[in-house]
Amino acid sequence: MQPLLEVRELRTHFELSDGVVKAVDGVSLSVPRGRTLAVVGESGCGKSVTARSILRLVEKPARIVGGEILLYDDAPDTKPLDLLAAKDKRLRQVRWADIAMVFQEPMASLSLVHTIGDQIIEAVRLHENVGKQAARDRAIEMLDRVGIPDPKRRVDSYPFQLSGGMRQRAMIAMALSCRPRLLIADEPTTALDVTTQAQILDLLQDLQQEFGMAIMLITHDLGVAAQVADEVAVMYLGEVVEQGPASAVLSNPKHPYTQALVRSVPRLGLRGKDRLVAVRGTVPPPYERPTGCRFHPRCDSFMAGKCDVTVPVRVRSDEIDVACLLYGEEER
Amino acid sequence: MSLLETKGLTMHFPLHGGFLGRNRGFVKAVDGVDLSIKAGRTLGLVGESGCGKTTLGRCIVRAYEPTSGSIMFDGVDLAPLSEKQLKPYRAQVRLIFQDPHSSLDPRTTLRDIIAEPLRVQESGSRDEIDDKVASLLRRVGLRAEYAHRYPHAFSGGERQRVVIARALATEPRLVVADEAVSALDVSVRAQILNLLRDLQEESGLTYLFVSHDLGIVEHVADDVAVMYVGKLVESASTEELYSKPLHPYTEALLSAVPDPDPASRGQRERIKLLGEIADPSRVPAGCPFHPRCGYAEARCASEVPQLREIGGRKVACHLAEQLDLMGVLTATTAP
Repeated sequence: MQPLLEVRELRTHFELSDGVVKAVDGVSLSVPRGRTLAVVGESGCGKSVTARSILRLVEKPARIVGGEILLYDDAPDTKPLDLLAAKDKRLRQVRWADIAMVFQEPMASLSLVHTIGDQIIEAVRLHENVGKQAARDRAIEMLDRVGIPDPKRRVDSYPFQLSGGMRQRAMIAMALSCRPRLLIADEPTTALDVTTQAQILDLLQDLQQEFGMAIMLITHDLGVAAQVADEVAVMYLGEVVEQGPASAVLSNPKHPYTQALVRSVPRLGLRGKDRLVAVRGTVPPPYERPTGCRFHPRCDSFMAGKCDVTVPVRVRSDEIDVACLLYGEEER
Repeated sequence: MSLLETKGLTMHFPLHGGFLGRNRGFVKAVDGVDLSIKAGRTLGLVGESGCGKTTLGRCIVRAYEPTSGSIMFDGVDLAPLSEKQLKPYRAQVRLIFQDPHSSLDPRTTLRDIIAEPLRVQESGSRDEIDDKVASLLRRVGLRAEYAHRYPHAFSGGERQRVVIARALATEPRLVVADEAVSALDVSVRAQILNLLRDLQEESGLTYLFVSHDLGIVEHVADDVAVMYVGKLVESASTEELYSKPLHPYTEALLSAVPDPDPASRGQRERIKLLGEIADPSRVPAGCPFHPRCGYAEARCASEVPQLREIGGRKVACHLAEQLDLMGVLTATTAP
């Protein structure tokens, strides 16, 4: 089936005085229609920059230097829209109406001097030809839908009057007010407690069933990914090293990095006084990307003369697309 | 024997405001907490943000002067001591902060950062301190040559190693680790947790491990105490608490932890907690948890449950005996 969104060879670089940081360097991934893709990786792997690049929300010194971001229409044979080539005016229509975004820290992305109702009403009226009252009714309906108690009163609250969990709900209400086809959620629960996190994740899943939108969930937490994702893409140093169905990627990963990551997370109920298996070493400094496979200096399956020379291309192994030289010619 | 024992430890922060800044009440951040940690063991302290776990940790290292209650450390009550009297204990009880990016002075070399507590304690000549710093750096898995570099040259995991080295400089007996690995990435987090465990084995350290992450606490702690709005609601050995919680709040916390195994999805029944943690300046009457509790009865709204002992563990719930709560499946009982 045609995906909803396809990212091809996306490159976003930060041009700093000390050199160029290739934060996103050849990312390819696809978001299936009406389903959830989790993009997982450690800080600095480029997952947030990828998400922001999709809506061209990157500012200097960052610059998108290459790639394609294709948004497919619902009708099967139409030409996709390349968001990187689209005019600014067209892109503004896509934001909110087709693709909306929720950020990690709601306080930083909500206006502090406007009520949450006014902020939702503004978004709705910019994209749809509706009157003030109708937009306000929509705002109240959405606040109710995301589980904010007493929405008729809360619509006139300022963000500082809400708790962290309620703010994140208000952000989600705003993002979904124009019924987007894709919701990009960048670490939406990272700043929240586990109990609130569980509420928000449940809410996202309910809303997905109701509105049929696709979700691209950026997270560093493999637990969150395992509980909500249909597909998982794993990023390391600006690249997607592995993408496939969540069940396959998280319980039977192919890439040595994903394998190490999965082993390093303590699981409830698997208590033992044994040591955790940590990934060796640290993420290399941003200006010096390793040659060949970028994971090779930390990899347990490192093959000298091969991994440090050849850049792995993505191959399909079982149901998973993986970029690693362990999976190669014979399986291609 | 317990190395640390608190009795009725209380920390109330006054709320000022209104006309002439009159007192408008108190934030009861910590409200009558009794806990004890045996020497060489790790006590995990868990709860949602705002439950008072950080304040409790800071009272124990005497960053705050508690409103009332006692902090018995090795037979001495630290709570009423003056700054001067506290000095010898400052070396024995140390704090590891959460964020290694803000707890290290960017204009100070690692040598001076790690040596600072030694300087305060006036122990040793310059050369002795240099040797000590070098050996501390090696102990936490860094190279001794790094001593003359500045923190900005290091990654989050390496900086947290520096923070740990500084905490260990005075050879403490009790270390309060407040969200010590929360700011770190998963791969690095495992390295730091392993380091903390190695240090405990080498030198018999005692940890109070404050964290919101129940997965990590299960891995590191021997015993666990659960806090809710300033009070302990349950404490038990890690195994008992995770396999058979007695307090409904513990049950809800455990069931909210996302499991990294996708096969478990939909298999576990999740207990949905309503609402959010109560405001510690306006604690609900009766059991502070009753407005969110699915098992609450009439008396939960009026009678405050005391922390009481049931089968060698402690719980503050009227219904503890009647309820059959769900824990986490352990590896041996899981299919």
